[in-house]
Amino acid sequence: MAQSKARHPTEDPVWAKAVIIGLMLAFLGLVLILPLAAVFAEALRKGLGPALAAISNPDALAAVKLTLITAGIAVPFNAVFGLCAAWAIAKHEFPGKPLLITLIDLPFSVSPVVAGLIYVLVFGLQGWFGERLIDHDIKIIFAVPGIVLATIFVTFPFIARELIPLMQEQGVAEEEAAVSMGASGLYTFWRVTAPNVRWGLLYGVLLCNARAMGEFGAVSVVSGHIRGLTNTMPLHVEILYNEYDFVAAFAVAALLCLLAIVTLVLKGLLEIAQPDVKRGGGH
Amino acid sequence: MTAETISAPRHRPFRRPLFRRRSAIPGFGLTLGVTLTILSLIVLIPLSAVAIKASALSPSEFVAAAFSERAVAAYRLTFGAAFVAAVINGVFGVLTTWALVRYEFPGKAVVNALVDLPFALPTAVAGIALATLYAPNGWVGQYLTPLGIKAAYNPIGVTIALIFIGLPFVVRTLEPVMRDLSADVEEAAASLGAGRFDTILRVILPALGPAWLTGFALAFARGVGEYGSVIFIAGNMPYKSEIAPLLIIIQLEQFEYANAAAIALVMLAVSFLMLLIINAVQAWARRFS
Repeated sequence: MAQSKARHPTEDPVWAKAVIIGLMLAFLGLVLILPLAAVFAEALRKGLGPALAAISNPDALAAVKLTLITAGIAVPFNAVFGLCAAWAIAKHEFPGKPLLITLIDLPFSVSPVVAGLIYVLVFGLQGWFGERLIDHDIKIIFAVPGIVLATIFVTFPFIARELIPLMQEQGVAEEEAAVSMGASGLYTFWRVTAPNVRWGLLYGVLLCNARAMGEFGAVSVVSGHIRGLTNTMPLHVEILYNEYDFVAAFAVAALLCLLAIVTLVLKGLLEIAQPDVKRGGGH
Repeated sequence: MTAETISAPRHRPFRRPLFRRRSAIPGFGLTLGVTLTILSLIVLIPLSAVAIKASALSPSEFVAAAFSERAVAAYRLTFGAAFVAAVINGVFGVLTTWALVRYEFPGKAVVNALVDLPFALPTAVAGIALATLYAPNGWVGQYLTPLGIKAAYNPIGVTIALIFIGLPFVVRTLEPVMRDLSADVEEAAASLGAGRFDTILRVILPALGPAWLTGFALAFARGVGEYGSVIFIAGNMPYKSEIAPLLIIIQLEQFEYANAAAIALVMLAVSFLMLLIINAVQAWARRFS
């Protein structure tokens, strides 16, 4: 539409573009890139050897294992919840829907520390079930179940809020067609709905997993910081850092950075391949 | 019946019946039941424990715990730093989103992915990285010290950490709205003789208002509750650089559960207020779109 030389009226002059892009790069460089670079630089300060030694230390490996276990329980749990919630909300009509969606989103607006606190209040020594749990010798707080619960809480909305808008947008026509031709509910879900939402589900799982593996505040409250037992990777980073073992702390942190970078790359690829997944509406 | 269920709502005037005709799709009772059960067990009942525990305190005990001088200093720091960080993110978030939506430049895909780094990077990692950068002998801190600026172990450090945490909230909330801004309006403004600057100031920015406010509120709300990225750089000195979530942990470590719950209740109240404001802003924005 525009003449080849003249600037289109809705396009910014070149100098303005240069200034805005320059400001953006300076800001992002300072706020995002510098911290990322600092992690790797500090980890490798004494060379690759000490960094690798810190990662292969038994306590570090135990932390990696616990982090994997925690995410391995929390993410599938939230995926099942997200699918149930999205099926009920997107494929059916009932009163109170907006309220239900708000309540599912609630954990996003609760401080991670409060997320940990609530489970201490319920399952801790002075908590509602504290004494009964001691009688049956069940440990939840300062043990793995508490860590898993706190992680489920902070990652609770990730997958649901990815799937709900996606399934709402897709409507009910295909499912109704399948059901009217005699397909069972489960069959309809597997053959009609699941293929339509699998990329959105994967997107939600990706974000949920990153948060589950990286959660610090909530887990810190319920963990008790017992080395080799209730230490997740982020908690292990904290302990090493507070002991002034900076190379080791940053080495484990670098591992978590790699997780973040892999997450971002996969997320970016998914957004390019399946632009629909981004409809989920932020985080 | 299928066709009717699909097309019926369109012909109806505004009022929808409370329950639409039973949907043909099965599994409603089961999935809603599972949803409500899990939601109650994981979120609602445990959250209510905060209010129940705090109500064990008498009103004067509650005020003493939740509004002690130390707690008020912590709220002031937490809310103040979260506010300043959200404002800074509000400014640079608009610039970043504008560049990402409107311009083409090399490395754009990388920048776009990088904006989400704070979502993907564990907060503790961000925390130790920022603390190291802004420490007096750190990469950035060494240039600030001669200027008399003490960034780490100070409220400035808290704000820096919250800027890191909040940025993607502003960008990702603005992005879809900016993308959908119709070029027609801008063209109309330009053809009526408005300069580019006038168009941006009077046409584009007002249209972004609700999304900007939402992004700002999300960044602020996240900042208020943030813990992991802050504690390493904050220095955690009572009355000076101690954030409210840390105060909860300190109370817990002293087994003062009710006091911890009282502070948590104040923070929850603020979170819910923010949530209400965000919903109100979005409802208000929807009226104009």
